[in-house]
Order: sequence, then C-alpha cells, then structure tokens
Amino acid sequence: MGCIEEMNYEIILKNTSFKECREFVEKNFKEIYKVKPGYKMFNVYLIGVPPVMIGVDGDHVVFPYTKPCYGTFLLRIRGEEEIALLRKGGGT
Amino acid sequence: MTRLNNALLLLGCPELPVQTGIALYLANKLAKKDVGVTIAGTMSAINLIKVSDPEGNYAKKMIDLDRCIENLAEKRMDFDSCFVFIHNDAGISYLTTMRSISDADLSAIVFGSDAELLASMIGVECEKIVAKTAHNPIPLKKKIDEVL
Repeated sequence: MGCIEEMNYEIILKNTSFKECREFVEKNFKEIYKVKPGYKMFNVYLIGVPPVMIGVDGDHVVFPYTKPCYGTFLLRIRGEEEIALLRKGGGT
Repeated sequence: MTRLNNALLLLGCPELPVQTGIALYLANKLAKKDVGVTIAGTMSAINLIKVSDPEGNYAKKMIDLDRCIENLAEKRMDFDSCFVFIHNDAGISYLTTMRSISDADLSAIVFGSDAELLASMIGVECEKIVAKTAHNPIPLKKKIDEVL
C-alpha cells in the first residue's frame, strides 16, 4: 500500500478510529458512498468496518486509511477517476 | 473446529511482546495437526518472526500484510481458517476486512490492556480468544489450548 503514502494527501484525522472516521464523513460531506472493506481505490484495498464511508469533496475523495501500527487516518486526496468509479456504482 | 488444510495468521503491529511468541506457538500447534500455516504481517512483525525462528522450524511461509490483503481481495488465494491478532482498533478493522474478502473461518486473538473492550467491539461472527496480557504469553497460550 505504499503508493498512497507517495501521493499528495491531506490528513484530516489521525490516530483515530474507524467509527470516528465514519461519523466525520457522515457529518461533513453531502456526497457519500458506502463501500465494503477490500474496496480498491488508488490501487490499494481499503481496510475497515462496514459500512466504509467515502466522502466526495469537490474533486477530492475523503476516506479512511488504516495501518496496523498507526491506526486509522482520514485522508483527503484528489481523485477524479476514483470519484467517477464511485458514481458509476463502485459504492452504494 | 472442523478439519483444516491451511491457515493464515494475520499479525498486527508487533509492539506488544506476546504477539511473536504466540504466533510461533500457534504455528507449531497447527503444523502438528498437518495444517499449512502462512504468517502475514508488517515488515517488522515478519522480521521478528524470522529472527525468532531463523531456520523456519515453525514459520514456514510468510507474506507481507499488504500483499496478502491484495491477494485475498483479488481472490488469488484463500484459507480454511484465519487467526487475526488484535490489540488495537486497527486490528478490528483487519478482522472485519477479512470477513469481507475471505471465506476463512475467523478467529480473533485479542490481547493487550484493552482486550476486553476490543473483544466487545467485534461485530463479525468469529471465535474470540481473549486475554488481558501484553508481556506474558501464558494466559493467551492457555486460551488457545482450550480452543485448539
């Protein structure tokens, strides 16, 4: 999953929990997609507890990113292609 | 527990000492039942296993955690059984993700100071092996012996 770490990302929440990420996305974004854990985005497979919430903020996606030693981060990354896939039916 | 042919031990962050010892103990126990064992973990977790078992007597197959998740999600491999090591919130996320991407029978090995709280947060069907211990592996070993 190294490629996300090499991207230009913004950390919205850090050392947080999957629950806090879900609540933050629900509260702060109007366009939200629910995906299953293992959903592929930016060439990585999302780790999480369903429903994994992905928010769309303009041309950026906001999503939880989990690492075993650092917990869960809520990241914001530019991703027009990922948004198009979500709108096409990648999420519900 | 039904007959197993292969099992995955999915390790978490290796910051708690019990994890490596229990992983090797469990790998040995499963191997004695003719179960093929694969251990997945971060680079540090895998290196701890390799240094602790330099000749691979107990840990015969190892895989990087991210590569393992990718292979499971893409259905390139799967296991009869999976033991997920959990001592933090991320561990719960990995356990639940395994439920989504694998057909394996799941067992959660929950340890550390928040073991009981973490065990109560588990929302997927699985066997729970829980012991509030971080340094001493014996309480967790006893719980494993009760199940396997």
